Amino acid sequence: MQLDFAFFNWALIQSFILKGLLFSVELTIIAMLGGVALGTVLALMRLSGKPWLVTPSAIYVNTLRSIPLVMVILWFFLLIPLLIGRPLGTDISSIITFTVFEAAYYSEIMRAGIQSVPKGQVGAGYAVGMTYAQCMKLIVLPQAFRNMLPVLLTQTIILFQDTSLVYAIGAYDLLKGFEIAGKNYNRPIEAYLIAAIVYFIICFSLSMLVRQLQTKIAIVR
Amino acid sequence: MGDWSFFLRDTGGDETYLHWMMTAWGWTLSVAALSLIVALVVGSIMGILRTTPSKTLVFVGNAWTELFRNIPLLVQIFLWYHVIPSIFLSLRAVPSFVLVVFALGFFTSARIAEQVKAGILSLPKGQRYAGLAMGLTLPQTYRYVLLPMAYRIIIPPLTSESMNIIKNTSVAFAVSIAELTMFAMQAQEETSRGIEIYLAVTALYFVSAFAVNRVAHFIEVRVQVPGMIGSKS
Repeated sequence: MQLDFAFFNWALIQSFILKGLLFSVELTIIAMLGGVALGTVLALMRLSGKPWLVTPSAIYVNTLRSIPLVMVILWFFLLIPLLIGRPLGTDISSIITFTVFEAAYYSEIMRAGIQSVPKGQVGAGYAVGMTYAQCMKLIVLPQAFRNMLPVLLTQTIILFQDTSLVYAIGAYDLLKGFEIAGKNYNRPIEAYLIAAIVYFIICFSLSMLVRQLQTKIAIVR
Repeated sequence: MGDWSFFLRDTGGDETYLHWMMTAWGWTLSVAALSLIVALVVGSIMGILRTTPSKTLVFVGNAWTELFRNIPLLVQIFLWYHVIPSIFLSLRAVPSFVLVVFALGFFTSARIAEQVKAGILSLPKGQRYAGLAMGLTLPQTYRYVLLPMAYRIIIPPLTSESMNIIKNTSVAFAVSIAELTMFAMQAQEETSRGIEIYLAVTALYFVSAFAVNRVAHFIEVRVQVPGMIGSKS
């Protein structure tokens, strides 16, 4: 079969691809910020040593990490409308799902990062009269964030790849944009190929950047 | 809690929903098992290549890993299902099940290559030199000195990768493989008993992942080298 990429022009990008790319990026950024925030809370709960905080956080993290993301997407798409009593668009549903889901993964990264800070530093903080919250905010978390930044960003690249799974509920993301463009111009094969190349370029460049950052942080430390 | 009786109802295809779900579970497990074999074989080869002295081989291994790691699994499955058969016409007759096994297998091979490489590099360099100094060829050094230790070291990450592969089979719904997620979506539409169906399917994913975890733990204990980090004796 003859491949023909002539159909792929700026007008097509404008009318099909950009909208999808925008949603994929938006979903990635919101889920990252929300996931890191919620993940930090979960990690602090997990490390607090108080059973009534440790157990819920452990259950949350372990449950979400053992269910396939596609199933989580389907679960939320089914449950949220039942809970709030009205249908919710695929976009909002995806954003909620990814934030909740990614929090489980980010929290494990945060936990490892926080544990990478020597315990003596917390002790030193207490010794100069700081409270637990002050110790975390001023001593532990700034260092933990820095130690785990490369892993955190790598997880975000995985998150960007995973946004393609909103296909399950038919949300309009980058992949969907290519698929619709391919169908409209009757060039589905070429559209999928270009989609793969675009995803590769984005993810490969980002992972190169993360690698550079990693060496930079390593030198400073 | 819920109405579970529909599981015993006929789907209209001469089987009950329960029967359909069990068949779907079978598909999930078969895709996972076969993909894992592909991933272990290809991932080991690529991981080993990345630790050889040859720059060309290292490049091949690195390129492989980057290629399959930086494209989303769903897109890779579409490539195998839609693109490859229409470029290589001889592959038209290959069933989609096989294509998905290769897609998931190659996707996972990139992660396994990373772990195999890390396992080999975690061994002291002296072991490689000692093997070569004793007159073993490079392949022999790998076979008798490096790999037996490296594989034992990476059993824990390989375990989580095997559990991931079960979760990742769910993406095969997109090309109509009759696995658990596909069953969940279709049965939900037919019966409107979404919660019960999703609960059952989620439980089956849990059970599968837990079983893999136990089997891997059993292997880990059986093959451990006394005195090595993490071993009990």
